[in-house]
Amino acid sequence: MDDTRIEHLKAEIAGAARAVPGSNPIALMEVCGTHTVAIRRSGLRSLLPERVRLISGPGCPVCVTSQGTIDLLVDLAGRDGVTVATFGDMVRVPGTTSSLERRKAEGGRVALCYSVLEALDLARQRPGEQIVFAAVGFETTAPGTAVAVAQAQAEGLANFSILPGHKWMLPAMDALLAGGDVRIDGFLCPGHVSVIIGAEAYGPLVERYGRPCVVAGFTAEQVLAGVAAILKQLADRDARVQNVYPEAVHEGGNPEALTRIDQVFEPAAATWRGLGSIPSSGMAVRDAFAEADAARALDLPWPPQEAATDLHGCRCGDVIRGAIEPHACPLFRDVCTPAHPVGPCMVSREGSCQAEYRYGAL
Amino acid sequence: MCLAIPGQIVSKEDGMGEVDIRGNRLRAGLLLVPDADVGDWVLVHAGFAITTLTPDDAAETNALFDELEGLA
Repeated sequence: MDDTRIEHLKAEIAGAARAVPGSNPIALMEVCGTHTVAIRRSGLRSLLPERVRLISGPGCPVCVTSQGTIDLLVDLAGRDGVTVATFGDMVRVPGTTSSLERRKAEGGRVALCYSVLEALDLARQRPGEQIVFAAVGFETTAPGTAVAVAQAQAEGLANFSILPGHKWMLPAMDALLAGGDVRIDGFLCPGHVSVIIGAEAYGPLVERYGRPCVVAGFTAEQVLAGVAAILKQLADRDARVQNVYPEAVHEGGNPEALTRIDQVFEPAAATWRGLGSIPSSGMAVRDAFAEADAARALDLPWPPQEAATDLHGCRCGDVIRGAIEPHACPLFRDVCTPAHPVGPCMVSREGSCQAEYRYGAL
Repeated sequence: MCLAIPGQIVSKEDGMGEVDIRGNRLRAGLLLVPDADVGDWVLVHAGFAITTLTPDDAAETNALFDELEGLA
């Protein structure tokens, strides 16, 4: 960390915060798990004026995956001839009655993978088994899944399929602003999602709600520069899209990745933990690739049945929406810990609860 | 799993390649960065390069991972 630069940014932020009209608290939301961790770990909140609050939104892909989706994966892992291939964080998320981890200990088939490419390899190696990849993640992850689905079709790999849980972040940001129950004065836009969708993708959101959208990187300096940019816009009453992470994020994103997504997926309603069903926020498999859609190939109830309430008093839903801080959940730290997580925000390293547990409230 | 880590392409064939990430060689999909070639720096997420980086930006991002070590 360059201390001089940090001091300079702190002063810039303090000045801009004073210049924002009114005296209300200013709430800035980040929607990216890596931002959540970077902010907590570096104690950035302690560098901000009292008036400025940084809140974490639905930026952790594992956390926003609905309970019904987890339950369906747990069910699948117990079926004859089916192996669920999944990113590591997913296995410890408690479902309504069990988890993938527990199902595996009971003899269910669950394979951990770092990439969808490993799931594709499994399908090649085990032709007698249906390999179902738990396709979760935002725009950053979806293009890779799209490549794998197209590859499976090209190879005639009928035993590879995905449970289509990928999500678009923008409709969720829109839903948060439209819902209005959580105060959001500006967004620190997700760095890696923006690599794919591009900075200009936030334009319509800014137009509709008049809130600054600033794309920022992940170092303490980059995050502070993002906060400073949002505050200056608020002070000048000049909400717009601003990209302060131009080294990785281009205005138009990654067109090749967007084309790959569009080839395989089409927008559909999807259920987010904490946010409910949001139109056009999901990625459904197009008919041309129906064989690779586990929901259709295995005749699963889709979208999955969702329980009416969160489990065991878990308030992950409120944490994901930014309505409460993790420590406001009665289970936090006493009952719910990274070793014994009750909800996904404590399971995932990118979850707000685990980040606060590890690094403290600042 | 939102993490993306810089790496340098050491080989490339049929849309796949080997990427050197902090001294470890990893197989990665290169179809999302069609213009990237051997020697180029890329940002790798869940087994796929998602964008190219300049060597300077890669170094800065690597420094961030030094800071966040143990996270990946």
